[in-house]
Amino acid sequence: MRIAYYPGCSLHATSREFDESLRAIAGRLELELVEIDDWSCCGATSAHATDHLLSVALPARNLALAEAQGHDAVLAPCAACYNRLASARHEVAASPEMAEQVARVLERPFGNRVQVRNAVEVLRERAAAIKSAVATPLTGLKVACYYGCLLVRPPDVCAFDDPEQPTSMEEVVRATGAEPVVWNRRLDCCGGAFSLARTASVVRLGREILADARRADANAIVVACPMCQSNLDFRQRAMLERGEEQMPILFLSELVGLAFGVASSALGLGRHFIDTSSVVRRLTPTPTAAAPKEVA
Amino acid sequence: MARIGVFICHCGENIGRTVNCAEVAETLGTLPGVVHAQDYKYMCSDPGQALIRQAINEKQLDGVMVAACSPHMHEKTFRRACASEGLNPFLCEMANIREHCSWIHEHRERATEKAIDLARFIVEKIKRNQPLETIRIPVTRRALVIGGGIAGIQAALDIADGGAEVVLVEKEPSIGGHMSQLSETFPTLDCSQCILTPRMVEVYQHPNIKLMSYSEVEEVSGYIGNFSVKIRRKARSINEDLCNGCGACPKVCIVKKIPSEFDAGLGKRTAIYVPFPQAVPNTPVIDRVNCAHFKAKAKGIKKEACGKCKEECSRGAIDFEQVDSFVTEKVGAIVVATGFQLYTIDKDQPEGLAGYGEYGYGTIPDVIDGLQFERLASASGPTGGKMLRPSDGKEPKRIVFLQCVGSRDRAKGIEYCSKICCMYVAKHTMLYRHKVHDGQATVFYMDIRAGGKGYEEFVRRAIEEDGARYVRGRVSRIYREGEVLKLQAFDTLSGEPMLVEADMVVLATAMRAQPGIEQLAQKLSASYDGHGFLNEAHPKLRPVETNTAGVYLAGACQSPRDIPDSVAMASATAAKVLGLFSKEMLEREPTVARVDPALCTGCFHCERVCAYGAVEHKEIRDRKGNLIKVVAEVNAGVCQGCGTCQATCPSKSVELQGFTDEQIFAEINALAV
Amino acid sequence: MTSAESHATNHHHETLAHRLERITGSPVLACYQCGKCSAGCPMAAETQLRPHDVMRLAATDRLDDLLANESIWLCLTCETCSSRCPNRCDPARVIDALRELALERAPRPIAAFHRSFLGQVERNGRMFELGLILQYKLRTGELFKDATAGPAMLTRGKLKLVPHAIGGVAEVRRIFAACRAAGKEAEA
Repeated sequence: MRIAYYPGCSLHATSREFDESLRAIAGRLELELVEIDDWSCCGATSAHATDHLLSVALPARNLALAEAQGHDAVLAPCAACYNRLASARHEVAASPEMAEQVARVLERPFGNRVQVRNAVEVLRERAAAIKSAVATPLTGLKVACYYGCLLVRPPDVCAFDDPEQPTSMEEVVRATGAEPVVWNRRLDCCGGAFSLARTASVVRLGREILADARRADANAIVVACPMCQSNLDFRQRAMLERGEEQMPILFLSELVGLAFGVASSALGLGRHFIDTSSVVRRLTPTPTAAAPKEVA
Repeated sequence: MARIGVFICHCGENIGRTVNCAEVAETLGTLPGVVHAQDYKYMCSDPGQALIRQAINEKQLDGVMVAACSPHMHEKTFRRACASEGLNPFLCEMANIREHCSWIHEHRERATEKAIDLARFIVEKIKRNQPLETIRIPVTRRALVIGGGIAGIQAALDIADGGAEVVLVEKEPSIGGHMSQLSETFPTLDCSQCILTPRMVEVYQHPNIKLMSYSEVEEVSGYIGNFSVKIRRKARSINEDLCNGCGACPKVCIVKKIPSEFDAGLGKRTAIYVPFPQAVPNTPVIDRVNCAHFKAKAKGIKKEACGKCKEECSRGAIDFEQVDSFVTEKVGAIVVATGFQLYTIDKDQPEGLAGYGEYGYGTIPDVIDGLQFERLASASGPTGGKMLRPSDGKEPKRIVFLQCVGSRDRAKGIEYCSKICCMYVAKHTMLYRHKVHDGQATVFYMDIRAGGKGYEEFVRRAIEEDGARYVRGRVSRIYREGEVLKLQAFDTLSGEPMLVEADMVVLATAMRAQPGIEQLAQKLSASYDGHGFLNEAHPKLRPVETNTAGVYLAGACQSPRDIPDSVAMASATAAKVLGLFSKEMLEREPTVARVDPALCTGCFHCERVCAYGAVEHKEIRDRKGNLIKVVAEVNAGVCQGCGTCQATCPSKSVELQGFTDEQIFAEINALAV
Repeated sequence: MTSAESHATNHHHETLAHRLERITGSPVLACYQCGKCSAGCPMAAETQLRPHDVMRLAATDRLDDLLANESIWLCLTCETCSSRCPNRCDPARVIDALRELALERAPRPIAAFHRSFLGQVERNGRMFELGLILQYKLRTGELFKDATAGPAMLTRGKLKLVPHAIGGVAEVRRIFAACRAAGKEAEA
């Protein structure tokens, strides 16, 4: 299936692993990711916190590009980008006034026909394919699925799963052979864009998330948002007390890639700040599985 | 030539200040057909009415027009005055020159002109009025009460004590409703079953009450005074005449772990069971869905599986072959007393409602609702009245109560207040304190609604004497950490976020109409609102009647209410029913529709538009008995006189008596002159 | 001029609640102060004004008190409040709308962050993270914060050294300009 691909600014930089791991597993899932030509930033938190029209217009430009390039759906792996693109689509559809304003500000035609999808829902749809493509099942690996905020809220915009008790990530995790744990902080905010501007808040919130994952006996936390990953990974040292064990923070696509037998280097695991080798060590190769194919 | 008398009322200053009544009388007196015209200060007074009677007598009037207030006020008064002098009351009409003229205008000359016009066209109408006779239809002096909860029980007893027969239909195996599930009732803390069961027994033993338990209304036809109701007697699998209520059969039943409906899912029952020890009737019923015998039969297994209860029964009362049976009852009035169900926070909801994912969608075992708490507190409940929590049977030392779960929550689909929760939550904190002396109850609320007699004092007692901690704020989320429940809350009065720990959480969930109420309402032609609550005829002044004549309401099926209000409403309903039954014949205003069979072509558009089902089919046959045509005929007992058929009929063959096309066009033409 | 006309043309007589309802479409006056939003707010421990306080001040026309308080800038837009509000009042959206009214009053680090971020996007079409970090440090004077992170990010290939402007960067700049102009028009 061909789908427009919107990596967003962070997937080319601080969250390169997310991009790398998605591309590494796409082939096995019959997903052809076609990067939108000349895409621009969605505006993220800064646009919607300061200029509402800008926060709709910037994503709208990218949706219009996807339309012009012949796509009917776009995959935005970054949860923030996903949320901005989906919110823009939703608002333009719901408000003729906003549609008009956006039309005036954009210089290209925009029919608002493109569906916006995130990595979790796209992977969930392919759970059966994931299961059959698993070469090294992650048996015994306990994983805490962390959704954060922007994948599931607001519920009207992100309608792919239940906003209070979602199950999509757990379904994907189960398909890899790993065991999703039951824990309480799945939907709590990590501190989002405050990593630079108010680091102390991120540390406070992150501590609670890590503590709860530990309480649930998780070996790793799996995320689908570059901000969450960055906050919990890059800033984790500040959250740990002396002697507390580190908690690897993986992207969902990295986890799937590991189960597929893709080399860690191809998945970008080496770029993490918190060592992920404890997870890699748990891989149990199945004797009968064919050698994992190298992805082009 | 008509001989009409015209009377213009000053109504003190109400009309007289703005309209020149003398001038109106004088002008009208000059109209052809008007033989008497006068104005007077207060037409509705005794002397005023005497003027009418005198004029009828002296001038042989054949029509009377009183220009005064709204007909809603005094039409009956003046018509009675005419009737007392032998003039058919429907030859008397009123022109409203008060609400429609003097009360809304200021310009004296123009108001007077308008008053003259208003009066004039009524005079023209009267010239075409026909004398009409009150319609009388016979009344069957029996009532059907649907629902055997406290409201249905009260209505049935009051009607039966009033001398009329009652058929009480209850869908559960026993009467008693939700009140029988309660532990104690506010504000007196009376034991609920202790005050209810005597009434239940009274119903059972009352010579005027025919109790049909485990039964449902299947079909309703007819009209006020003359309903025919088909009732389904569901198969208990027990012959009620043989069963003596000895209680032996549940003891030998091999299927034991069915969640008990009476215990709100917290206790277990057997497949053959009596719902609770004080059930009326005290006859068991077999749950065929879970019974081993019936399950095997359903699977097609030839060999008879399990018959332990049948073997055990010394009276041979168990009958596996029993099937649903039907009876038809003729009644004159129907009382709907179907009560309520509680909203659940589950994920699976009917259209228009949402559950509470933030509270766990009902998957956390120690998060229960108010009815379940009642069962825990009740001496006949699954824990024998000990306060033990469902997950591990431990005694909770900290219980948190949440008010307004579902209620007052537009996002979840219920915008209304359920009225009883503030009171029963206070009651729950007191019951808890009485059982667990070192327990701490916390209540999260938005407001406290305690408007009944002794209610405010009751809530204050919970707070000031029984140690309940009341915090104003709605809880954002409930989750479980090990053995402890955690609630993310906020005290809006002190402005502090709170993370509260609890061993058990009790949710005060919204009151909703019973499932299936829409289907029942449609059988009765009773209207209901978007939430399934049945509609009263007038929210202020006619709370126990519906817009369908002969169908009445009692209790929570109309809107959330507590026991005292349900009982009061049931007694009010009974009074209405007994009032209906007090006459041999039911009198109805004759301003109903009538079809001229000579003109009717039998298209039945009128039947399609009639909201009351008043149009019937009538065969017109020749002398030899051959069918000529089928025409419409209006049942005068059901017709409400709305006139829709008259407006719809393409052949002008149906008209409202007293409001014929001729009369109405006469009024219009009078204005056009 | 009828009162309806005056209401339509003269927004200065509009109450704050109506203004916010008009801008955001959310029913500010439906808030009955239940506090559920504040109960679930992850920043409640750090803010003076919690979401329900913001709604209260909005409903009682106290714009200056709202803009003078740094609390509205501490909102994470996690949308927990809006997703649970029983009256669908959307406090998150209301807070965004208030922020829009007063970027110049934001706490320095947060204003600096947003300005730096959007500055990068306007210049390059995409957010160039190294540029963001440098601009942010210059604006806030926090020159040594996370000093070791830079090299760590670089060695992990997480930071590009050179910005890369997209082909359509002129178009993006025009979008920024058009939105700024539309914003000025709305205020006039």
